[in-house]
Amino acid sequence: MTQMSEGSERSDIQQAKSHLQQTLEKGKFAVTAEIWPAKGANAQRVRNKAAILKGWVDAVNPTDNPTAIIRMSGLVTSLILLEEGVEPVLQLQARDRNRLALQSDVLGASAMGIRNILCLTGDHQSFGKDPQAKGVFDIDSTQMLQAFKRMRDEGLFISGERVKPRPELFLGGAANPFGDPFEARVPRLAKKINAGAQFVQTQPVFDLERFYKWMAQVRSRGFHEKVHIIAGISPLKKARVARIMQEKVPGMLVPPEVVERMESASDPEEEGVKLAVELIQQVKAIEGVSGVHIMAAAWEKIVPVVVREAGLR
Amino acid sequence: MIITEQKDFSDILKMLERQKRVFIVGCAQCATLCKTGGEPEVLHMKQRLEDAGLEVTGWVVLDPACHVLGDKRAFRKQREEIEIADSILVLACGNGVQAVGEALNRAAIPGIDTLFLGDIVRANEFQQRCTMCGECILDKTGGVCPVARCGKHLLNGPCGGSQDGKCETNPDEPCIWEIIVERLKADGNLEALEEVTPPKDWSKATDSGPKRLVIDR
Repeated sequence: MTQMSEGSERSDIQQAKSHLQQTLEKGKFAVTAEIWPAKGANAQRVRNKAAILKGWVDAVNPTDNPTAIIRMSGLVTSLILLEEGVEPVLQLQARDRNRLALQSDVLGASAMGIRNILCLTGDHQSFGKDPQAKGVFDIDSTQMLQAFKRMRDEGLFISGERVKPRPELFLGGAANPFGDPFEARVPRLAKKINAGAQFVQTQPVFDLERFYKWMAQVRSRGFHEKVHIIAGISPLKKARVARIMQEKVPGMLVPPEVVERMESASDPEEEGVKLAVELIQQVKAIEGVSGVHIMAAAWEKIVPVVVREAGLR
Repeated sequence: MIITEQKDFSDILKMLERQKRVFIVGCAQCATLCKTGGEPEVLHMKQRLEDAGLEVTGWVVLDPACHVLGDKRAFRKQREEIEIADSILVLACGNGVQAVGEALNRAAIPGIDTLFLGDIVRANEFQQRCTMCGECILDKTGGVCPVARCGKHLLNGPCGGSQDGKCETNPDEPCIWEIIVERLKADGNLEALEEVTPPKDWSKATDSGPKRLVIDR
């Protein structure tokens, strides 16, 4: 070990703040989008998705084995996005990794210039194709936020061992205004803020009434000034998707009028875009909403259309 | 109580392939209450093995099976029946199977699967309540355990998948965090939900490695 590397207190990449963090801190309305990494050993598919989204969004979240189904590593997908000039939001969930793996991934991510990290507990393994897998759940999303914040601010791992140099991070969590019990939802946001969340991305908004109610509680506690709230928007491709989301996806609320609107549409894709654009305009008008996170599942090519029609770019 | 379930009889026969004589061991405690290793189940197993062409050299229901010294004493009375047996089939939890094996200094075969530590909630219905994490936190969680009863062992719950009071992994199971929240609310202590519970010390948990306890008194 040389003197130089021992003494180096800074990360390899000096720029501390991500574009997403700068955008949010300037008070500009942020746009992020989700992509689903390839279900195969093919980097080109990620590059193609990056090319579709480049210039349309501030950052892109590659999902981390979503619904407990194997896809290409989110960390590697994030690195490919960086190579393509698209800023990633690295999603890390606790189902597949213990505290050792999570903290080591964060060091690698920060060293390579990834700043934005979204901390998730993860969907239960029983939802995917490997229900026989052992779920790790060593630490949860809140504990993950606290651990990464400590690595960044105090230079300490969970164990108390020193981190040198410290990672540069912009930390986020998920918030679900649509899950139950409703009275626990704002306290849980408070807990994530206490743990270190600087931004939150919400589950997709379809039930505006519920979202208004949640935001009112968030504002009454002043939390919109402590954390950047990015509202989830999910463009629907088919009426069937709306119905499945309401009936099968835990913690989602899709009002019947949304399902009916999609079912009676002559062109469901066009209707899905219209609905997403309307929802973006409605959530953008809410005090305390700092941006939107567009979750189009594997329909990434619709994201630029939605962003353009909503007048966000 | 240790909750157990009988293995498929065809799987038991597979384990006894190429064996002629079997000695059966049951347990008078948990396995009796679960109806997997009490006297009626031991006698039923004897009948089925004999119907399948095997010879049963003898049987015993230990009280309990998970007591190595007690097992040794009990087996002295049936030494010959045990010695002539090719296999010892144990209808007790995994602890019981190994205690019997240790008492006899030979491998014993499990006839039942060990499922969980649970309560009898009504006749013939058992529910998991504890995973033996080695560090009880029930004082902080309204007396119900998220380590055992939340699919993600969440200490900072509820997760985003809780809806209508049900767990996302199984609509027959309550979301345990919904119950915790209700109890905190009843105590006027909802603010407790805003305190971060730090990472758990899993080194104390039952599956972190071999465990031993010696009482000094």
